[in-house]
Amino acid sequence: MAQQTNNETRRLSAGGRIDRSKPITFTFNDKQYKGYEGDTLASALLANGVDIIGRSFKYSRPRGIVAAGAEEPNAIMQLGATEATQIPNVRATQQALYDGLVCKVTNGWPNVDNDLMGWVGKLGGKMMPPGFYYKTFMYPKSMWETYESYIRKAAGLGRSPKENDPDRYDNMNQHCDVLVVGGGPAGLMAALTAARGGARVILADEQNEFGGSLLSSKESIGNKPATEWVDDVVTELARFDNVQLLTHATVNGYHDHNFLTIHQHLTDQSFDKAPNGKICQRLHRVRAKWVVLATGAHERPLVYGNNDVPGCMVANAVSTYIQRYGVVPGKDLVLMTTNDNAYRAALDWHDAGHNVVAIVDTRKNSKGTLVEAARERGMTVMLGSGVVDVQGSKRVTSVSIAKLNEAGDQVEGSVIEVKADTVASSGGWSPVIHLSCHTGSRPVWSDEVVGFLPGPSQQQQLTAGAMNGAYSTAAALEQGMNAGQSALEKLAMKMADVSVPETETLDEAEPMALFHIPHPKPTHKAPKQFVDLQNDVTAAGIELACREGFESIEHVKRYTAMGFGTDQGKLGNINGMAIAAKYLKQSIPETGTTIFRPNYTPVTFGAIAGRDCGELFEPKRYTAMHQWHMEHGAKFEDVGQWKRPWYYPKAGETMQEALNRECLATRESVGILDASTLGKIDIQGKDAREFLGRVYTNAWAKLAVGKCRYGLMCGEDGMVFDDGVTSCLAENHFLMTTTTGGAAHVLSWLELYHQTEWPELEVYFTSVTDHWATMTISGPNSRRLLETLTDGDVSKESMSFMDWRAMTVAGVPARVFRISFTGELSFEINVQANYGMHVWKALFEQGKQFNLTPYGTETMHILRAEKGFIIAGQDTDGSVHPFDLGMPWAVSMQKPFSFIGKRGMQREDCVRKDRKQLVGLKTTDPSVVLPEGAQGVFDPKASIPMPMVGHVSSSYWSANLGRSVAMGFVKGGHDKMGQKVYYPLVDGRVVEAEICSPVFLDPKGERQNV
Amino acid sequence: MLHIYCPHCGESRDEEEFHPAGQAHIERPKDPDACTDKEWGEFLYFRRNPRGVHHELWVHAAGCRKFFNMTRNTQTYEIKEVYKLGEQPSVVAE
Amino acid sequence: MQHYSGFALLKHSFSHHENWQRVWRNPTPKKKYDVIIVGGGGHGLATAYYLAKQFGVTNVAVIEKGFLGGGNTARNTTIVRSNYLWDEAAHLYEHAMKLWEGLSQDLNYNVMFSQRGCLNLGHTLQDMRDIERRVNANRLNGIDGEVLDAKQVKEIVPVLDCSENARYPVLGASWQPRAGIARHDAVAWGFARGADAHGVDLIQQTEVEDLIIEDDTVVGVRTKRYGDIKADRVGCVVAGNSSVLAKMAGFELPLESHPLQALVSEPIKPILDTVVMSNQVHGYASQSDKGDLVIGAGIDGYNGYGQRGSYSTIEHTIQAIVEMFPIFSRVRMNRQWGGIVDTTPDACPIISETPVKNLFFNCGWGTGGFKATPGSGNVFAASLAKGEMHPLAKPFSMFRFHDGSLVDEHGAAGVAH
Repeated sequence: MAQQTNNETRRLSAGGRIDRSKPITFTFNDKQYKGYEGDTLASALLANGVDIIGRSFKYSRPRGIVAAGAEEPNAIMQLGATEATQIPNVRATQQALYDGLVCKVTNGWPNVDNDLMGWVGKLGGKMMPPGFYYKTFMYPKSMWETYESYIRKAAGLGRSPKENDPDRYDNMNQHCDVLVVGGGPAGLMAALTAARGGARVILADEQNEFGGSLLSSKESIGNKPATEWVDDVVTELARFDNVQLLTHATVNGYHDHNFLTIHQHLTDQSFDKAPNGKICQRLHRVRAKWVVLATGAHERPLVYGNNDVPGCMVANAVSTYIQRYGVVPGKDLVLMTTNDNAYRAALDWHDAGHNVVAIVDTRKNSKGTLVEAARERGMTVMLGSGVVDVQGSKRVTSVSIAKLNEAGDQVEGSVIEVKADTVASSGGWSPVIHLSCHTGSRPVWSDEVVGFLPGPSQQQQLTAGAMNGAYSTAAALEQGMNAGQSALEKLAMKMADVSVPETETLDEAEPMALFHIPHPKPTHKAPKQFVDLQNDVTAAGIELACREGFESIEHVKRYTAMGFGTDQGKLGNINGMAIAAKYLKQSIPETGTTIFRPNYTPVTFGAIAGRDCGELFEPKRYTAMHQWHMEHGAKFEDVGQWKRPWYYPKAGETMQEALNRECLATRESVGILDASTLGKIDIQGKDAREFLGRVYTNAWAKLAVGKCRYGLMCGEDGMVFDDGVTSCLAENHFLMTTTTGGAAHVLSWLELYHQTEWPELEVYFTSVTDHWATMTISGPNSRRLLETLTDGDVSKESMSFMDWRAMTVAGVPARVFRISFTGELSFEINVQANYGMHVWKALFEQGKQFNLTPYGTETMHILRAEKGFIIAGQDTDGSVHPFDLGMPWAVSMQKPFSFIGKRGMQREDCVRKDRKQLVGLKTTDPSVVLPEGAQGVFDPKASIPMPMVGHVSSSYWSANLGRSVAMGFVKGGHDKMGQKVYYPLVDGRVVEAEICSPVFLDPKGERQNV
Repeated sequence: MLHIYCPHCGESRDEEEFHPAGQAHIERPKDPDACTDKEWGEFLYFRRNPRGVHHELWVHAAGCRKFFNMTRNTQTYEIKEVYKLGEQPSVVAE
Repeated sequence: MQHYSGFALLKHSFSHHENWQRVWRNPTPKKKYDVIIVGGGGHGLATAYYLAKQFGVTNVAVIEKGFLGGGNTARNTTIVRSNYLWDEAAHLYEHAMKLWEGLSQDLNYNVMFSQRGCLNLGHTLQDMRDIERRVNANRLNGIDGEVLDAKQVKEIVPVLDCSENARYPVLGASWQPRAGIARHDAVAWGFARGADAHGVDLIQQTEVEDLIIEDDTVVGVRTKRYGDIKADRVGCVVAGNSSVLAKMAGFELPLESHPLQALVSEPIKPILDTVVMSNQVHGYASQSDKGDLVIGAGIDGYNGYGQRGSYSTIEHTIQAIVEMFPIFSRVRMNRQWGGIVDTTPDACPIISETPVKNLFFNCGWGTGGFKATPGSGNVFAASLAKGEMHPLAKPFSMFRFHDGSLVDEHGAAGVAH
């Protein structure tokens, strides 16, 4: 039973952009809380006075919310009201609050406030410097698995759901002239400019509304409050038909040729599970002619002792919670800053009626507009100082402040302690250059900006605003407009009528380049100073890595795991680099650069997969007779994308019984196979015959109209890759059949050679696989059956083996081929696909008198194996040529043109006598069926590794012969007829077999010639 | 993801419609039977594989099914030009 | 070399970890070495380690253009297995597997080799025939392997969709219990530390601009940073950049460098205890000790040195993962990246002499190099030490592409790994 808590102790009575008329109830750690529409999960938790929202990964230290956006490292939650709707690792600062939201912390036992692992972290923490696991858990060797199971238990943040996802996602392809990324002042201005110029624009922002930094600002633009200016711009943009506005839409990846992905949250910002039919999230796949990156900047916190205690926040986040959500996240604030901008946090705190204990400014001098405003309000400004340490375990209780030297790398003088529950810090800003990095552009360090700027553009990319280090609103607006105009110019569109609105100007003093606040003790002895909060990486850890020789920043990151969390080091990476640089006594650019990879923020697998999973993962192909197969109990086999009948068991039959019945019926009377899936390529043109001669290994020059011929197809290496029968339909017209799985490849193979090598040949290829339904009737009664349904003369005299004739079957036009894959008298009937079912049923109607028996692929395999016919793909694997297969009759070395494969199969290795060659295998015990895949040896007593001589490729029980039949490869097998080969099996048996001809039945081929 | 102009269709389309088919301008020896094993092996398997400008063969597999050549930088992935079979590139790999 | 152990950690904790030694020196190169290894990735560092430790050749330099282990060693999906089909490949990878099994102790560096087993799923009857064939070959080669049916697969990986409703239902799998994953960076660092301790000079941030060749014999390398460095023998172990180096030496290799992408989810609580691979559905996954699902698939079809591939490949991979593990639909992808893999026509490496005397190449590992790291280094070291190819390396000569004696592993390794 959830407890009701209604304790919005930190919510101001007015203000913010929340809708106070729409209260919301949500559950955190099994307790109910209240918030408002417009809250994020983070703002609501802060409003309710929740300090601890998780435990740290390595040391299990209590952690609180530190930021207000995508850069938040700590507030990572398990979301979801039911098992199936669980979402791991949701960032509370980016999750809109909705009624009925349920979330939990991801770590902490027995609970997050009193976590026993915290003691382990405290006690063991000293033994867990970065990379400690590389140095231990090695002895004794046998214990590693035990150690690892404990490491694994401690790993991970949230958990995967254990039930299937009830929600749907989709993908959407988009094209635009200008994609503007980020809806802050620069992005809005760029979008407005491009839109007014007539460009097709997409504006995307990760937040629930446009405005960016302006949403938490009190400044004015164009002589009105900034948020009103935002509203006006958005209203205007919404009126354009050529503008698409996307909120809750994060541009996550910037790929080659201006292809970008936008991950848009839809119902998951309002519901636990999408209401019926609604899409939960959408992934936009955008091809933009130009991209304007206006992604802003993230404020860097400073690194100081115990800077992870709840209550330590980024300065800008404090302002955001106050201005945007009406939440003051504490009572008594200490602000530490290296710059003027962060004074806003103290001003906002003060103006909200709360106590600012002190502003600790690391600079010796400071006198900008904001600084003066602070002084006017009577705040204490401590110059040339830093917060060296905070006290408190579950919340900051007091703050230690000391004077710093000029360089800011040493403490001078004594430490004073003041009571406070919140420390806001700012070390300046880091431009959000992630997307530009995705394109392969290496960022460039700027001493002026104290941050990395986007490197030279590799794409049709423009940048504007804070991501260029242009932090003032005026500069952002101007750069946004310029980017919009540039895009228009590049698109050869006319410039837009737009001007930069008026803004207030602020006097700002130079910021100080400081990242790591020194402590009276050396770093490795000082209290933990966290750099990467999510991965528990400390300044001491970075120094240790450098000390041990991990000097490249990539080594430092990998050794300490800095930046490898779900926040990807948005807050910590630059600080970490600065600490490494300082320790190595080199500059930041000498230490390396920072490379970001997609995604900017994590993206749901389901959203990436879109609709292409489950039923739609890959198309299923069915033949025209599929319904009949279903109704007659067929079991199916996946062959390529096709669902082919495998066998047709009758009630109570085992698979082997069904196969025996199908095999016997076919050889004794007549069976029928749905062969529609075989690839069919219609080949026409005056040079079609010549072309066939080049791509097949055998001769085609003399094949007469009305005749069919079997052919092998090889690569230039001489290895067989497909086979099939090709029929001469007319002098310049052929029908080629291919294997079911090889059809697409064969067609592109033919096209490749025609287009690249022999364009002078006049020949055309058309895939007609789906145009025809193909049914093979096979067995001594097949002719009699066919005669009941056709007007054609199918007698032995007028239609010999390997002939084809046009006729009608069951009243519809058909091509009938007298070819055989079973060795029986056989007819392959091809009719237009839409007549397939009609003819099939007619055959069964007439077939009753002959016990016409349907058979599937398995019986087809058995019947052909009795005859020693190969199946390309089963008896070939890309490493066997026609001679290996014992098919020299299918190769015409005398052809004038050196056909594909001819030269390849004559290379030194291909003419070795001891190559693995396809032979028949007769088990000494006829009742034993060799397993397919069994490996043969000549000496069954040899020790392991045993010299293997080849594998069994096809093996079956032959009901017709009353014994097993098999084919397989044996080294030099063609010269070893009658010799023995042994198959040591997994179960310990060794099966003895004799090498023989692969033709087990009717070696003279009399049955098919009747 | 590459954006490729098909010289046959006259349109730029997504890479997903195309397939790369290896190095361009590899001609099948006129008289294969006269080739040594080494020469045949080199025709079959040995490729330039440069870091930088490269001539490639592509096919508009899910479009017009026609092959064409592409000059592309394998480091930056920039497509310098596409041209039909039988034509010569204007930007030549070193 | 400072010995690493739990006791050492405890001892150093009292001095706030101030006294740990450097893992490797940062030396200035000598004028001449017995052997120069170009490329400081896992394979190159392993080569150097075994050269010095096992074959007594300690006057060795490894020259790396970036930082140690920064190429494909840092970009792979860390799978280790040895269940290859053909004898030549199986023997080589099993040689590596045996070295893996004692590697942490040998290096005194925990490479976190976790033998949690690998499943190669079969979805079609032909898949199952291929699996039977491969497992039988493995067993007769002394490599562990079993053929499992769908029910047994489900017992090992309960979160895998083994139902009939799947587009390609799981029919079974091959199972190699000794397969697993390892911590990739640690492998490079462990070998580097060991090599350094035996006197090998590890020269980072130094790009080889040319190979110095006199009378068809290599005599050294030319670097921008340190000029010419002489050597009696040069071994190139530069993966995706092999063709570029071969061109300096005046020959071509049967290689194409392709982007190979991989990705990780956000860290989640343990849910996938083994490596699961599928050729048919075209994806594979394991879960790291940190909790990330580590996912990969096939290469991008075009040549590329950009360490970036196409988004559509990532899409198809995720679709495959969601198809195999529908419950992961709500898990989120954290990060993706790409490496440059040098692929050969037969999906097997080249460990070979070259047309240039004393110049050796070890390359062409394609998508499967990480698992071979110790074995590759070991046989290459033996070959460099003696100036003659190790018996396990002989079948992998670059000249096999002339006479046609390929070791075609395509059937057994359709997806990257």
